[in-house]
Amino acid sequence: MAALSFQDLTLGYDRHPAVHQLETEIADGSLTAIVGPNGAGKSTLLKGVTGALSPLAGHVSFGGITREDIAYLPQQSDIDRSFPMSVVDLVAMGLWHEIGAFGWLGRSGGRRIDAALAAVGLTGFEKRPIGSLSGGQMQRVLFARLLLQDAKLVLLDEPFSAIDARTMADLLGVVRSWHGEGRTVIAVLHDHETVRAHFPRTLMLARELVAHGPTGQVLTPENHARARAMCEACASTPHICGKSAA
Amino acid sequence: MIWDALFLPFAEFGFMRRALLGCLAISVGSTPVGVFLMLRRMSLTGDAMAHAILPGAAIGYLVSGLSLGAMTIGGLVAGMVVALASGLVSRATALKEDASLAAFYLISLALGVLIVSTRGSNVDLMHVLFGTVLALDNAALILLCSIASLSVLTLALLFRPLVLECADPQFLRSVSKLSAVTHFVFLSLVVMNLVAGFHALGTLMAVGIMILPAAAARFWTTGIGGLLMVSALIAAVSCVAGLLLSYHYSLPSGPAIILVAGIAYGASVFIGPVGGLLAQALPRRHFKT
Repeated sequence: MAALSFQDLTLGYDRHPAVHQLETEIADGSLTAIVGPNGAGKSTLLKGVTGALSPLAGHVSFGGITREDIAYLPQQSDIDRSFPMSVVDLVAMGLWHEIGAFGWLGRSGGRRIDAALAAVGLTGFEKRPIGSLSGGQMQRVLFARLLLQDAKLVLLDEPFSAIDARTMADLLGVVRSWHGEGRTVIAVLHDHETVRAHFPRTLMLARELVAHGPTGQVLTPENHARARAMCEACASTPHICGKSAA
Repeated sequence: MIWDALFLPFAEFGFMRRALLGCLAISVGSTPVGVFLMLRRMSLTGDAMAHAILPGAAIGYLVSGLSLGAMTIGGLVAGMVVALASGLVSRATALKEDASLAAFYLISLALGVLIVSTRGSNVDLMHVLFGTVLALDNAALILLCSIASLSVLTLALLFRPLVLECADPQFLRSVSKLSAVTHFVFLSLVVMNLVAGFHALGTLMAVGIMILPAAAARFWTTGIGGLLMVSALIAAVSCVAGLLLSYHYSLPSGPAIILVAGIAYGASVFIGPVGGLLAQALPRRHFKT
């Protein structure tokens, strides 16, 4: 069964498509990497899935999940690091769907927060202000919050950029555990070694779909060359889709 | 001696007690709003909103004279219209919040100046600009206290979404539909408190009691609960000290209160233990972990 299916999906900004006529499915419980050149529409596709961006054409349909079941880690979170807030305060917000704006955290909530912090190796950091964390520690905090969101579909936008190898290994462990629990995980990634080593399926995007399938069959030199060529072709003068003769 | 200087003015004169109550109500209501304005880096939004409500209050005044009700409603309507319009424009278009707010408050201000000038200038209008803290009547006091209570209650209810809207708005939008509601309710609180403030301190000075204590508190504490407490305390002390100074030295009370808050801010910049200049200059041993 498909957790997500894209039907003729076109997403973009100001009428310029960033993802064009995408037609494919993401299987329920799969662990998929999205790869492609810069400007290929990878982040845009995730925004289309979360609903932050409405499609210019086509649509995204969900199988057995709703938008509430999605947890999304943006590439550049606009968290105000100077805000007077501790690690535990920020992580606790992962329970929003359960506690809402007014609900009590409760003892079980507290235990789950402790467990999530332990899972990302941040036990003992509870009271630290978020402004004092390093980049890698902050990413661990955000993963702890994702853990608490208990989502059926997890979307990660370049989760391992600019963090150290040790943190990346720990967070990849979290991703693997999500996969083991049957959650659907989609991650935008740049590093093909990471994709080959940890992601069974890959979707290569260059505004349009280049290839989607088992990672070994997608990450081929021919596909890379095609993706680059497609992106360069897109950079030329835009024309109205479907009406132009040129 | 101390009794004469600090307590006698309040014990002897009813207008001083009224002024004190009015100012304390504003301290309790406005400063928490100011703390959140500061944390959202919207400190100047308070100033813009104060300019935006001024024409509404002026229209209310021109319609029915120095009437509490008309000026309050005028100010609230003008403030809400500007807050809503700028919020809608910034959420629906590419224009950022600060630019759209600036656009709408300038339109509102120009409209107000136009209306006032066609009807001829009026001395009483100075009351709107600079407040009448020494002439607060019962109705005004009830209004100030009601707005302060409503404001504190609303902030308590809205606390979690508001904190999240400040710290991580993207996340709040991804998990909840409360983001827009939070934003508009918060802006209404700003407008409400400024309208309350202008009865006592005038439209422009009302911003001072909102922002200065919050900015000063930032140098004394790091937690958000502490910020709310310390800023309300600084505001209350500034009110008492400003009223006494204005009484003993015959100064206008609104500016006196704000200047005392300004002195508290200035002192905090120097001696505040959290990132104050002195604390940065002094060598202190760092933590082990």
